[in-house]
Amino acid sequence: MSRYDRFAGAAAALALIGIALAAHARDYGLGHPASAQQIAGWDIDVRPDGTGLPDGQGSVADGEQVYEANCAACHGTFGDSNEYIALAGGVGSLASGAPVRTVGSKLNYATTLFDYINRAMPFPHSKSLSADEVYAVAAYVLNLNDIVPADFVANRQTLPAVKMPNRDGFKPFPGMMSVRGKPDVRNTACMKDCEKAVAITGQLPAGFVEGMYGDIRDNFRGLATMNEAPPPAGAAPAGAPSGHALTQQYGCVACHGTDKAIVGPAFRDVARKYQGDATATAHLTRKIREGGSGVWGSVPMPPQTGPSDVELTAIIQWVLAGAKTP
Amino acid sequence: MDRQDPKRGRLLPAPENFLGAPGQARRRALGNLIAGGAALLGARALHAAGAPADPAHLPPNVPPWSQVLGQPVGANPYGVPASYEKNIIRRLSPGLTTTKHSSVAFTPLQNLFGIITPNGLHFERNHNGRPDINPYEHRLMLHGLVRQPKIYTMEDLLRFPSVSRIHFVECGANTAMEWGNPAVPTVQYTHGMLSCSEWTGVPLSTLLDDAGFDRAKAKYILAEGADAASLTRTIPIEFALDDVLVAYGQNGEMLRPEQGYPVRLLVPGVQGISNVKWLRRLEVGDMPWNTREESLQYSDLMPDGSSRQYTWIQEAKSVITSPSGGQHLLDKGGYYEITGLAWSGRGRIKRVDVSTDGGRNWRTATLQEPVLSKALTRFRIDWTWNGDPALLQSRCIDETGYVQPKMRQLREVRGTHSIYHNNAIQTWAVDAEGKVHNVQV
Repeated sequence: MSRYDRFAGAAAALALIGIALAAHARDYGLGHPASAQQIAGWDIDVRPDGTGLPDGQGSVADGEQVYEANCAACHGTFGDSNEYIALAGGVGSLASGAPVRTVGSKLNYATTLFDYINRAMPFPHSKSLSADEVYAVAAYVLNLNDIVPADFVANRQTLPAVKMPNRDGFKPFPGMMSVRGKPDVRNTACMKDCEKAVAITGQLPAGFVEGMYGDIRDNFRGLATMNEAPPPAGAAPAGAPSGHALTQQYGCVACHGTDKAIVGPAFRDVARKYQGDATATAHLTRKIREGGSGVWGSVPMPPQTGPSDVELTAIIQWVLAGAKTP
Repeated sequence: MDRQDPKRGRLLPAPENFLGAPGQARRRALGNLIAGGAALLGARALHAAGAPADPAHLPPNVPPWSQVLGQPVGANPYGVPASYEKNIIRRLSPGLTTTKHSSVAFTPLQNLFGIITPNGLHFERNHNGRPDINPYEHRLMLHGLVRQPKIYTMEDLLRFPSVSRIHFVECGANTAMEWGNPAVPTVQYTHGMLSCSEWTGVPLSTLLDDAGFDRAKAKYILAEGADAASLTRTIPIEFALDDVLVAYGQNGEMLRPEQGYPVRLLVPGVQGISNVKWLRRLEVGDMPWNTREESLQYSDLMPDGSSRQYTWIQEAKSVITSPSGGQHLLDKGGYYEITGLAWSGRGRIKRVDVSTDGGRNWRTATLQEPVLSKALTRFRIDWTWNGDPALLQSRCIDETGYVQPKMRQLREVRGTHSIYHNNAIQTWAVDAEGKVHNVQV
């Protein structure tokens, strides 16, 4: 065997090892097999054909109870809230000048309604409803939209069969589904005398910026030559956590405004009601922890377990002190 | 003025329901003007009191910071911006959303240089609040049409071969408020659901191979978050096998919580919501999932009442970031560099043109290197403002030859209610005083 042959042989052997390594390189020995039980706990998605719907069922009547306890606070008793996304109404409005997008007017599959409630609602405590409760709420919301009758029972068989009003209202748009898609709007790269006349057709009304945003000069770095002075003081966001911050952190502000009732009373209205009441802290602690209704309106407040005892006390003391914002 | 004061008026619908916003916002603005005139005067007085330079600190005098020992090394173990930069922050658009737990904070594009967004200023959007996830307890599940369903720990993911690439992320609803009329004053609010980072992670194709995905049947992947929304989006398999990353790194450090710590999907060039944060599950399937975020929301409503579904690609778009809305040019006859950003979900930016006369005539701007695929590209051009009113516009062309459209061209095809994918040419009007305003022509 010549030296060349030995070299060639070694090279061939190395090449073979290289191929073996390349094939082997795909197995990094990382991760673990997922068991059927592990997958079952997380695999919650439901497809339009109903794949993924769990066992269980729920009626419109059951759903009304679940809805009023968990959903009405934000979505309104009849699914018509203006504060949060409306659930009912708007059918026939999508081609109008004021489209109203709701479950009834826009959603195409009732299975998607189940999937979304099951994964993301109720807003403060997602995944807290049982399968039966999710079926029931879905049935109730469909009934609010007059899509199913009052005796409808939602389950794995009936929900995929519901024909939503906008079932055929969606079209995949290939122009934006791949980088090779054909665009629907074409401009040209004209360089000279491209427009005959240019007129301003839209602008913010006088006073709009000041009214909505205050002095926006603090939105810019003062060093920029385009601004005349350092930014106004106090531009930085608020500091340490406080009762006020905790109401943001724990989502209290989703239902309670500072000055204005949303679906629950305004914090400052609560402060006024309990002014001088020595038992107010203990009373409110119980109301918040256990939930309640009837004091400020019929919409119940769900029990709140998020804040620690110390945090809850800080929240209540902040409210009772007049809910002063930083 | 107290920006958080709820007395400012009724809150507006969530971002997906923007459509009535400009009209409502204006009514509220007028109300606030009547109610808040005195407070405004107060704010102006405060501004005027901003400290001017002290002559004792200027040449020929020697300022005190040149005469005393400074802070020791390591005074800030994790550095923060200079105290003078404290107003360069993400901001929420007043009145845009009912709750801050399903909202958006916008990137201050008007104050940034280059193409990389500082991690603390990357725009933030979440749907059920931002979770704080312990990375040691986080798991990524990969299952469906695969030979071996897998669960990965973060340690597993960090051990796979990694890649780093620079890409923009833009919310599909960026510039949504402008479909009908100008609605917001600054580029932070018109275009600030846009950021760009160097992302590091494992190619999704590596994980799909690791689990042995079914090459014949696999058509789509469902990506799901571990947040309270468990947000889900359908990703086509072509994207997954091309350039999608399972990303844990952002500009050299771990992802910020606001961007999906400890791991997110990064789908280059595709609308922001597909870049699922706090990624917990990937399921390989054979049909799209029609999730709530690709049916009721994040679908583009057309004038005939139909909705375009699965509009993934962010088309080419550009905007001048300086001079831009809210700024004030004080120097008539002075030199101003016009600069801005251009990007395309279809690849590289080929050219950017700039007009100072509302689109009658255009000049080609200089592109700052690097010019990368599906990344922000910085452009610049010289301008001397002669003191007359001017209408500033930028228009980009990407490597496919697509030319960024005019607002009226978009409206002719898509109407004014589609919310998503407004990539129109932006106009900033410079008035005779040098104040810059958001307008449409």
